[in-house]
Amino acid sequence: MCFSQNFWPLLVSGVENGAIYALIALGYTLVYGVLQLINFAHSEVFMSGAFGGLFVVQGVLGHSHTPSGLLSVGYIVLGTAAGAAAGGLAAFVLERVAYRPLRRRKAPPLAFLISAIGASFFALNLAGKEFGHNPVPVPALYTDGTVFSVFGAPVRLTYIIVVVAAIAMLIVLDRTIAKTRLGQGIRAVAQDAETASLMGVNIDRVIVATFVIGGMLGGAGGFLYGMAYNVQFNMGFFPGLKAFTAAVLGGIGNVRGAVLGGLMLGIVESLGVACLQVAWRDSISFVILVLVLMFRPTGLLGERLGRSA
Amino acid sequence: MSNVDATQNGAPRKLAWWRSEPAHRLLTFVLVGLVAAVVTGPEGTQSDYAYGLKQSVLKPRVFIYLALALGLWAAYEFGGRQGWGGHVSDQLKPLRAGLRQRANRRNVRIGYALLAIAAIVLPMGLSSFWQAVLVTEIGLYVLLALGLNVVVGFAGLLDLGYIAFYAIGAYLTAYFTGRLPITPPFQLNPFLILPLAVIAALAAGIILGAPTLRLRGDYLAIVTLGFGEIVYQFALIKTDVTGGSSGAFNIPHFSVNLAGVKYMWGLDPLPYYYLVLGFIILVVILFSRLEHSRVGRAWAAIREDEVAASAMGVWTLKYKLMAFAIGASTSGVAGVIYASNVSTVTPDGFLLQNSIIVLVLVIFGGMGSIWGVLLGAALLQYVPEALRDYVPPSDRFIYFGALLIVMMIFRPEGLLPSRRRKFEFALARTGLVEGDALTEPLGGPVAARSSE
Repeated sequence: MCFSQNFWPLLVSGVENGAIYALIALGYTLVYGVLQLINFAHSEVFMSGAFGGLFVVQGVLGHSHTPSGLLSVGYIVLGTAAGAAAGGLAAFVLERVAYRPLRRRKAPPLAFLISAIGASFFALNLAGKEFGHNPVPVPALYTDGTVFSVFGAPVRLTYIIVVVAAIAMLIVLDRTIAKTRLGQGIRAVAQDAETASLMGVNIDRVIVATFVIGGMLGGAGGFLYGMAYNVQFNMGFFPGLKAFTAAVLGGIGNVRGAVLGGLMLGIVESLGVACLQVAWRDSISFVILVLVLMFRPTGLLGERLGRSA
Repeated sequence: MSNVDATQNGAPRKLAWWRSEPAHRLLTFVLVGLVAAVVTGPEGTQSDYAYGLKQSVLKPRVFIYLALALGLWAAYEFGGRQGWGGHVSDQLKPLRAGLRQRANRRNVRIGYALLAIAAIVLPMGLSSFWQAVLVTEIGLYVLLALGLNVVVGFAGLLDLGYIAFYAIGAYLTAYFTGRLPITPPFQLNPFLILPLAVIAALAAGIILGAPTLRLRGDYLAIVTLGFGEIVYQFALIKTDVTGGSSGAFNIPHFSVNLAGVKYMWGLDPLPYYYLVLGFIILVVILFSRLEHSRVGRAWAAIREDEVAASAMGVWTLKYKLMAFAIGASTSGVAGVIYASNVSTVTPDGFLLQNSIIVLVLVIFGGMGSIWGVLLGAALLQYVPEALRDYVPPSDRFIYFGALLIVMMIFRPEGLLPSRRRKFEFALARTGLVEGDALTEPLGGPVAARSSE
């Protein structure tokens, strides 16, 4: 096979990207679970998180040298937290502006999709106007280098940070949905919103919370992605599309499916690049999306938020 | 939402003032004012990302926006309770009633004739700049919007990669006139490419729609979104096929050499305008006949209740696919005219933002309303051109995005709505009809879920 030569390095970078796709995919899946709608503006939530994290890190770090040791860890945590906060805020505003007024008016799904696209287009172009159209690097928060190698594939520190951070957040999310009262509410609304409201669940609050949780994960993912690559006003588009593919691949509405789908997509994409030109990288996930929709539209694990978590 | 909250014994309890509705509205108005100040403010700079924000919010000009917000809020709260929309609408009532009274068949025909004459005569007096705008910015986009209206307005589906079919038409023209790196088997006049473009776009639409339209309608939106981007990437990357980022150039103009009539379109925009106008009129006639045909009624049925429609024997997949393919082929035709008119085709003409612009045009005028889309699209494409010197061109996308949200909240049926569509949106609030074809067809994943 075309990737047999570089299998392990490709696998490592695939897992790294897959972890980020999983974080974003969760935002799609959670919102889909409670509203049965694709949140088209989620890619801009991701972008907001990246900018939020970038600005906080830039502001705190200033022009000082690359930190090391525990200080690096602190900065990374700070940046990720800021990204999560910015993403959560963006998702909150999004819900208030583009979703809630329509829910009050009982608009058909088409109207939700269109207003979400409007919000996405608005945020994308406003960010372009305010923050420029060029990619901005996140200042170095640590000295990157190979930590260890797996079968001769160097594993760089960035990979480890991204994967560890993603796993930590996924565990927190999984426990939140399984154990807390809020998680119970989310599952209830996902199963049957009307009945849930009869049982005393405040649907509005659950929906906002779902948006914010999804936004925080996406925003944190945005910062991690920005750290690995760059931050740019239109950075959300392809990760967003891929994360959506990942969510569908795993079974949209299914939290564990989103994680599985994200990792699988990251790996397949990474290995696929070895077989095609790098330029086709972004098309691979699209082909996968169409194939999944054709042959297994419910995804690998089946769609359903209530049961899986 | 109401001001009062029922307590246990049923007696209304007054909420704190800051939780009351007027206070909420005040906050909304002020926030919208601030956002407007930022949107209209200066751009950020690379050295200071917050420059634009600071200049917008900390400078005195923000007070203009805040004053405006407060003024509008006060006008809303203290002047007429039924809201402004109702007010304006009341004023227009006698006018509309009068129009309806006189709108018998003969007068309608005279109206159409006058409109057609105006569309033919008026552009002659324009400068060549505006004539060119009339072709590339207004005419072609009106044509595109009319095509997308079939998808979004008639069938209630969402297509976000609409511009990809435009690209297919344009690149097909470049191919069959021998302007691409790959040589065609034979070269053709753009007129003869038109049917080929219809077929190609139709085929692409069916290939794309067939697997996705069986599923939830919103999957179509994201698949078309991806498709649009892939077509763009293909045009950009496959340099040996499409010419890459420099694209194709020197695409010949339309020409006629038939039965002694010899005419060649050229750099003068006016003949192209008439060509586009001809296609617009053709499409308007075709689509308005389609709307009231069996097919159009099937679309309306699918929109209103897909399950019921399918129970009545409407083959929903076929009709949805048909709408999607008809929209795509209109876009393909527009692409041929575009390529031949500007004689250059580059990938940058087919960005996602163009798809969204066409969507905005359809929504603004009124989805499902041919006249609404026609006039709305013309107006909305004209305004940014007229304001070109005052508003940076890249900013118009921000306004378009905001416009989509505002329209969906306050007037989802558009400015000149189709009566049926308006009715559907109103009925959707009662839960009687769905208003779009985005719900799951029978046997889709959700149906399987509810039977578990």
